[in-house]
Amino acid sequence: MMSDLTKLKISEARDALRKGDVTSVELTEACLDAIAGAKALNAFVHDTPEIAREMAKAADARIKAGDAPSLCGIPLGIKDLFCTKGVASQAASNILGGFKPEYESTVTTQMFNDGAVMLGKLNMDEFAMGSSNETSAYGNAVNPWRRGNDDAALTPGGSSGGSAAAVAADLCLGATGTDTGGSIRQPAAFTGITGIKPTYGRCSRWGIIAFASSLDQAGPMTKDVRDAAIMLQSMCGHDPKDSTSADLVVPDFEAMLTGDIRGKTIGIPKEYHMDGMPEEIEALWAEGRKMLQDAGAKIVDISLPHTKYALPAYYVIAPAEASSNLARYDGVRYGHRAKLGQGDGITEMYEKTRAEGFGPEVQRRIMIGTYVLSAGFYDAYYNRARKVRTLIKKDFEDVFAAGVDAILTPATPSAAFGLGEMKDADPVKMYLNDVFTVTVNLAGLPGIAIPTGLDKQGLPLGLQLIGRPWEEGDLLNTAYALEQSAGFVSKPAKWW
Amino acid sequence: MLDLTYDTPKPKVIAGAKHDWELVIGMEVHAQVASQAKLFSGASTKFGAEPNSNVSFVDAAMPGMLPVINEYCIEQAVRTGLGLKAEINLTSAFDRKNYFYPDLPQGYQISQLYHPLVGEGEIIVDMEPGIARKVRIERIHVEQDAGKSIHDMDPHMSFVDLNRTGVALMEIVSRPDIRGPEEAAAYIAKLRQILRYLGTCDGNMQNGNLRADVNVSICRPGQYEKYMETQDFSHLGTRCEIKNMNSMRFIQMAIEYEARRQIQIVEGGGKVDQETRLYDPDKNETRSMRSKEEAHDYRYFPCPDLLPLEIEQAWVDDIAASLPELPDEKKARFVKDFGLSEYDANVLTAEVVNAAYFEQVVTQADDGKLSANWVINELFGRLKKDDCDITDSPVSPAQLAGIIKLIKADTISGKMAKDLFEIVYTEGGNPEEIAEARGMKQVTDTGAIETAVDEIIAANPAQVEKAKQNPKLAGWFVGQVMKATGGKANPKAVNDIVAAKLGL
Amino acid sequence: MSIDKETAAKVAKLARIKVEDDALPALAQEFNDILGFIEQLNEVDVDGVEPMVSVTPMRLKRRTDGVTDGNMQDKVLKNAPDAREGFFAVPKVVE
Repeated sequence: MMSDLTKLKISEARDALRKGDVTSVELTEACLDAIAGAKALNAFVHDTPEIAREMAKAADARIKAGDAPSLCGIPLGIKDLFCTKGVASQAASNILGGFKPEYESTVTTQMFNDGAVMLGKLNMDEFAMGSSNETSAYGNAVNPWRRGNDDAALTPGGSSGGSAAAVAADLCLGATGTDTGGSIRQPAAFTGITGIKPTYGRCSRWGIIAFASSLDQAGPMTKDVRDAAIMLQSMCGHDPKDSTSADLVVPDFEAMLTGDIRGKTIGIPKEYHMDGMPEEIEALWAEGRKMLQDAGAKIVDISLPHTKYALPAYYVIAPAEASSNLARYDGVRYGHRAKLGQGDGITEMYEKTRAEGFGPEVQRRIMIGTYVLSAGFYDAYYNRARKVRTLIKKDFEDVFAAGVDAILTPATPSAAFGLGEMKDADPVKMYLNDVFTVTVNLAGLPGIAIPTGLDKQGLPLGLQLIGRPWEEGDLLNTAYALEQSAGFVSKPAKWW
Repeated sequence: MLDLTYDTPKPKVIAGAKHDWELVIGMEVHAQVASQAKLFSGASTKFGAEPNSNVSFVDAAMPGMLPVINEYCIEQAVRTGLGLKAEINLTSAFDRKNYFYPDLPQGYQISQLYHPLVGEGEIIVDMEPGIARKVRIERIHVEQDAGKSIHDMDPHMSFVDLNRTGVALMEIVSRPDIRGPEEAAAYIAKLRQILRYLGTCDGNMQNGNLRADVNVSICRPGQYEKYMETQDFSHLGTRCEIKNMNSMRFIQMAIEYEARRQIQIVEGGGKVDQETRLYDPDKNETRSMRSKEEAHDYRYFPCPDLLPLEIEQAWVDDIAASLPELPDEKKARFVKDFGLSEYDANVLTAEVVNAAYFEQVVTQADDGKLSANWVINELFGRLKKDDCDITDSPVSPAQLAGIIKLIKADTISGKMAKDLFEIVYTEGGNPEEIAEARGMKQVTDTGAIETAVDEIIAANPAQVEKAKQNPKLAGWFVGQVMKATGGKANPKAVNDIVAAKLGL
Repeated sequence: MSIDKETAAKVAKLARIKVEDDALPALAQEFNDILGFIEQLNEVDVDGVEPMVSVTPMRLKRRTDGVTDGNMQDKVLKNAPDAREGFFAVPKVVE
């Protein structure tokens, strides 16, 4: 019984809690046990059992009193990128070693105000820079899925790899993720779970350690679409502390899940047929198209002509912003400071601290960003990339203006790959993982990945739906319809 | 509008070993915006607090912290722009200026490079009555101040205080229209005066709330005129920037030194390097700042945490409608309405509080010149002696006007008025009542004076005889009468009566 | 555009990241790979296109002028590697 509790979806747990069939303390203990038994996944990197128990007790009291929002009493994992008051929050980086913020991010504050229970902090790529969780200072997170009987460790994807692994392995009922170029959707697809990145500005960025400010968005990673709707509801909303947060009413996302998509128009962008894409993914995509059609949607072929330039534009804009956002990690006010030698001055302190504190991928991106912003290159790189970004956004605006309600694409160009497999590849090869997801960040749109099938080796594959700005409710409903049709129920066999 | 006309001052000319040289100076003044809270955080701007106490997590650049703009700081910058007759840009934007320094926690300063809030304006810099220089303002942008590094508390460490970090600054950038050290000081003085009138900056240079980067170059006579005609900088010399000056005296000394240094280089066949220099007041010299960032590369780009700042014309119009009368207009009005000399008008309008005080005096006393004299000479002189300013004045405008009215009505003598002023200054009270109670009023009653004269003539027959031979001795009788009346008699009346009685 | 060892060293310096001399050639090569990838952007006709300013355009929110924060020296200094007498301490900065 106890181990089954962790397999509950948020919606099921909510209903059970309200009925009194289970308590938050029981749910929380079950999750804490599961976490303790899953060290091999390296998903949770800072456990907070005392905090979890306290929060669970408070939630139970609240449920008893009859005042219980949907997330009340639900045990969740929190990506290490979120600042959580008094709890280590270090973006999986050594440069933030020992850092315990004196403040709580807006998104976690909202979830905790709704009664959610924090189990601990989740592994990720360092500063969310990576697509395989291999850049983490905590070491790799491991995908609970394996290829058939092969026990080679696979990546859960990145950067929200810990979140994906934890949800897929039923260590928690849901988890927060963040998505700058695909960091929610790609790991969700690699682990057979659901992940939505809302419209830029839906979730406050306050208290989330910044990677690339104009692209970063938080979102939920859950076991199904309904759970994503429930969690997103709590995470969203206007925050006066974030100047880019949208002052818009948040609709009741769960209430919008009717599964009725008759009359909706779904676009299939021809540019997402990539050379060398596995046959299985093409097939999965075609099946998805058919499912939506069968559900009553109108399918149209569309063109998003600048798709090809999204990744290169992203690899100018994101590193440029990151190079500036990460300048604050200088060893002066918090985190790591290098031991200095005789005669070392302030410059040596900066250079040694940052060389020791940042891992190779983060260093690489900071330096690329520094280079593209430097004198003489600004127009050639940064401004050009911003112009291309305008064109990419316009591609989407054009198809939405032509009546398209949502766009269906593959979520990733492959299934989860083996940890270490990309070690010797040049960095660009790894960047290609984000090829289907990154356009959505550049255009600021909502995008959701949901699992719809398995490949020949038994690994999950996902499709992505891209929605109109601010229409997450509609997008979730389309995803819900697809989820119903796909009927994906597979779970990784427990080996850990 | 200013309707005082003025002539342009002559540029400063320095004679080199070979030629004459003129100076060309441009200023970038950093003025701290008068506001309660910082530009992007809710921490206080108060000066002199415990280290790191006026600091929010945003100011300390803690991970995940984000800026939210203080609208009042923008309003203040718009007000400043309007006060400098500048164009206000309804769309502006914030950029990040990236560099590493311990008192710059974010690793960047949020500033406005590409789209400043305020565009071109001007300042009329008064040199002396009838002589002024119009200096063009290129732009004003809004930005964050840095914190403070203290280097002298420990031999091996520097200490960082972030209280000042994030306080709003206006950077007011002039064109290179300033032509000498005195003009530079006068420019700062005039700008400071306008800011104080507007209430947008307290102008406290000692606390660093107003400080200037001074760009100095030299050129041969005639070159500047060519530049003005074409706006082509190639007619001018290479400039050096003297950083962070917060004393008018030092600004003048630094410019003087820097100009002579450049002349020496150029006349020696060398080339002036464009660089940033620091003025050392102890040695009275400027020196190159060891380029702490070899080839400064600030990597400016639009701050992605903020959206462009759009303001509405109606809002700007409201601010414009609420602008106070500014120094130039006030001065012109004082000259015109109260018949003041330009010099006196200048003195009285230097500080808005002084001008307001004067206006209260003059409207009650109804005599411009007399009011100006009394405010400038007696009141300011007395306050200065006590090291006070006008806001501490124990004499109210009504009291001072009361004294002036007594003078005007010939009720008290000028000398008596000074005594009366001192009494009002130290003891307070109604001047008329004091004059009455203490018998300070002039006796203009000729009967009473005649009686006194008669008595003295009667008592001093020998003196009368002498006086008749030598009319100059009549003065002795006048003195005696004044003594007898306790100095209250109207001296002119006494003179007349003495002369008549002695038959002179 | 090819990045040489010297440029790589300059960029590292600007980013305040210490890179040992013997690591510079490999770093320069990585930069070249990434920049080569980015060069694709040159194929795009961007004539007359405005650079994106904000992906979800809206009016910038403003605060009113009031002191609502600060007064927490202890919390500000709490995570500091070296704090003394209310200050952050750093190796001597030479002007």
